[in-house]
Amino acid sequence: MTITAELVDYISTLSRLKLPQEEKEAMTVQLERMIDYVDTLSQLDTSGIEPMSHVLPLENVLREDTVQPSFPRSDLLKNAPVPDGEAFLVPKTVE
Amino acid sequence: MTDLLELTALELGAAIKRGEITPTQAAEAALEQMEETKKDNAFVCITAELALDRAKTVEAALARGETRAPLAGVPMGWKDNICTSGIPTTCASKILTGFAPPYDATVVERLERAGAVALGKLNMDEFAMGSTTETSYYGPARNPWNPDHVPGGSSGGGAAAVAARSCWYAIGSDTGGSIRQPAAYCGITGVKPTYGTVSRYGLIAYASSLDQMGPLARSAADCAAVLDQIMGKDPRDGTSLDVEAGELLGGLSGDVRGMKLGIPAGCFGEGLESEVGKAVLAAADVLRSRGAELVELEFPMMDYVVPTYYIIAAAEASSNLSRYDGVKYGWRAEQYETLTDLYQKTRTEGFGMEVKRRILLGSFALSAGYYDAYYKKALQVKGLIRQAFDTAFQACDLMLTPVAPTTAPKLGESLSDPLKMYLSDIYTVPVNLAGLPGLSMPCGFDRAGLPIGAQLIGPALGEGRMLNAAHAFQLETDYHTMCPAQRGGRAK
Amino acid sequence: MNWETVIGLETHVELATKTKIFCSCTTEFGGAPNTHCCPVCTGMPGTLPVLNGKVVEYAVRAGLATGCRITRYSKFDRKNYFYPDLPKAYQVSQLYLPIARDGAVAFQTEAGEKMVRIHELHMEEDAGKLVHDPWLDLTRADYNRCGVPLIEIVTEPDFRTADEVIAYVETLRSILEYLGVSDCKMQEGSLRCDVNLSVRPVGAKELGTRSELKNLNSLKAIRRAIEYEKTRQIEVLEEGGRVIQETRRWDDNKDATFSMRSKEDAQDYRYFPEPDLPPLRLSEEYLAGLRSSQPEMAGARKARYMAQFGLPACDAEQITREKALVDFFEEALALGAPAKEVSNWMLGDLMRRLKDEDVEARRMALTPGNLAALIQLIEDGRINRNTASKVFRAVFADNTDVVEYVTAHGLEQIRDAGFVSETVKKVLEEHPNSVDDYRNGKEKAFGFLVGQVMKALKGKGDPQAIHQVLKTQLDRG
Repeated sequence: MTITAELVDYISTLSRLKLPQEEKEAMTVQLERMIDYVDTLSQLDTSGIEPMSHVLPLENVLREDTVQPSFPRSDLLKNAPVPDGEAFLVPKTVE
Repeated sequence: MTDLLELTALELGAAIKRGEITPTQAAEAALEQMEETKKDNAFVCITAELALDRAKTVEAALARGETRAPLAGVPMGWKDNICTSGIPTTCASKILTGFAPPYDATVVERLERAGAVALGKLNMDEFAMGSTTETSYYGPARNPWNPDHVPGGSSGGGAAAVAARSCWYAIGSDTGGSIRQPAAYCGITGVKPTYGTVSRYGLIAYASSLDQMGPLARSAADCAAVLDQIMGKDPRDGTSLDVEAGELLGGLSGDVRGMKLGIPAGCFGEGLESEVGKAVLAAADVLRSRGAELVELEFPMMDYVVPTYYIIAAAEASSNLSRYDGVKYGWRAEQYETLTDLYQKTRTEGFGMEVKRRILLGSFALSAGYYDAYYKKALQVKGLIRQAFDTAFQACDLMLTPVAPTTAPKLGESLSDPLKMYLSDIYTVPVNLAGLPGLSMPCGFDRAGLPIGAQLIGPALGEGRMLNAAHAFQLETDYHTMCPAQRGGRAK
Repeated sequence: MNWETVIGLETHVELATKTKIFCSCTTEFGGAPNTHCCPVCTGMPGTLPVLNGKVVEYAVRAGLATGCRITRYSKFDRKNYFYPDLPKAYQVSQLYLPIARDGAVAFQTEAGEKMVRIHELHMEEDAGKLVHDPWLDLTRADYNRCGVPLIEIVTEPDFRTADEVIAYVETLRSILEYLGVSDCKMQEGSLRCDVNLSVRPVGAKELGTRSELKNLNSLKAIRRAIEYEKTRQIEVLEEGGRVIQETRRWDDNKDATFSMRSKEDAQDYRYFPEPDLPPLRLSEEYLAGLRSSQPEMAGARKARYMAQFGLPACDAEQITREKALVDFFEEALALGAPAKEVSNWMLGDLMRRLKDEDVEARRMALTPGNLAALIQLIEDGRINRNTASKVFRAVFADNTDVVEYVTAHGLEQIRDAGFVSETVKKVLEEHPNSVDDYRNGKEKAFGFLVGQVMKALKGKGDPQAIHQVLKTQLDRG
């Protein structure tokens, strides 16, 4: 199938990526090749086959509702790119 | 300490128990060898002081009789996508620069309890996406057999380190062949266990339904010893199985009499380099000479395994990698104004091209309008692939295939044609899709002296018979004992 | 043109489990930012979710109580989008196989009983909180709330008026409180409603374009937002315009809705089954177990109170309105107190105390045992009803034991007949005019004299005894 620049822009926005123009052109070509290749799956008749989302025969894996101590806040914040004692900081979110 | 480095992990462990060698001596020897081979760029982070401290701690514990684990005191390395508390874990990506997890992966806890001495973190393809370790932010790793060639990927650093004798074993991860293929390219043994048998808690996710961690080491026996320590249910991983752990090493009898070894005809045809095919089939003959019965099989799904893998892996990766946004950890873009700007710049500049390619492919496969034809379709084909394996295992106990169509390519050769690179995963990806165990063992060399690996595939929870067959092969042959010419070892 | 308003409701309910849905951090409300967190709920690399069994139980109970079919084989799905309150950049929810479907909730309005269909009910995880810092012009993300378990209850667009919506929400709250699965506090955010509203000409079959209204933090806000939005949409259409499908935010201060996101920004959530969580397959035994242990709901309880205890309908209605009151009532009865008495105390003195001291029933200190003891004291004739009222008021705040209080303050009724007799005699001597008035037929004088005797006894007289003695002495001449 044809991968248009609009489609690449659309999935880039969904993925929060913004490729510079040169990269975008190369990427579009590569994506088209890859998608053409994976299109071979359409040759297979899979009508009536359950999509296999889990390969293990596991079901009902449940945990007890028992409180465990939380992690110290400093541990969770120490890798934050913008240091703050209390929270993760981001530019103003538009409400 | 040449002799020391030539020991297998089990031999070293035994020598340590007998008091002939101390963990400190082993660690020092390894650190020295790492320095010698540093142009291989196998390690991205070396924790020398920590390693020496650990060695001392383990020594003391051994002296007090506190541990009887067979690998206590043996130095090893962790692939850099495995969380090690307080130690940088970057997945060889710019976007996780400096990230030091506040917790240890379950496998780290288990191996440390068993006396492992970690030397550092191993190089890999960025976020485990790649087959050559060339997409690493820290530069490619090199194949110790020939520095102009890749060590394979994505656990290339681990394979190179073990092959170059700078550690006795490594823990890697395998989503589409990332343990088995570098093991083959570097002439060592690597195992991807059955999905669910090793906890994924602490493994930085690439494709959740396919990822598993496993050992890269110098022999099947070493791999068995490592697996004995890391397999088993983990309450922190909802997809982990309740399996008996600890019996693999003891189960290595080397007896393969009557074992049916399935050879899928479709795996030995077009696209496979003839030297590789010959070496792998020769391995089948060795096993036959030990009493195994060779059975020819059909495996009709080979044309579909690579596209199925790439759709599913990319889709899950696109979701798993969305959390890397410069907010909570890792690297953040310097210039940005709005929130969207922050996300876009951080991710576009922080991820490499291969990662971005897969994220886009994955988002595409999941997006409205394409989900049914791509992601859902791939899940259906995955079901068919599993069925094909189930059918095959009715006629045999294990399957034997090549690991890769060629030996290790040259550096720089693969990146220009990503699709061609993906196609080279043809023998390894179906094993991940079906959740089955797979093993790679050295079985020869090509005329350029590069190692060739053979893959054994087992039915679900069949690691015992799989390791045993590899062990039998390694009792008959000595490929797995060889190390690169640069060390004075003999390459055929 | 006559317009009809068509409304559907999506309600998010925080479940009252002790721990979060996918990790063992506490769900306690409040707490300093990021102190109820761990690597799992802050989306650290390498972490995995593990499902809290209690969440499944509560979700199934809610599904059963809203008349739904429980999905025997259900899964979780990932809903992918970027926002700083979502650390993994996906929310684990259920799209393809929600745990419950096709239910119905009946509720009372002024126009009579109405039924609304429940489309589905599913489990999902809550996101964190974003707080804007105006000084530094940035936003702080607090992940304490990340991973708190939610059920989302989605109705069909069966509502036609704000009254209906309010009545439904109140009924739903009561149901969920009765089940004990949530504390349903809108002001604390444990119950959140989003309204989907569209208008169409009366008689039209097709639905109009709808807008989704968010930030409705009280029943009053829901009502006002519905009225505002319905008017707004009608105006747009009557002027020949088109209603845009969008999300609109209710602003309490400005009393209006404002556009947040338009269809152009419609999100592609790329839902796919969550690979880290195995599916749920609920057995018949499991469901039967929950069905048989479902608490008795409000309607059934009210009917039972009327039949079993002879309570009048409006008394039964009042008590069963709140689970805390029901629990209190039933415990008092279990301790042997008579139903009518308990009911009278609760609907009279207790309600007054709750109102005056601005306390919620579920938070009050007074125990059923203490009220039962108070009632017993009256029955034993140790204090009179008047005194009891005063005692009640005094012990309500801290639940001081009533017997101890009565003893400590010497409030026991005076039952010494001789002393009562003496007192009556004295009063009669002190109020000869009243005595004459009574003898001349003025009934009021009797009451006055009773009052005087009671006063002389410092309120500790048994009214019946006083009546007797007074009458006897007066009639004696």
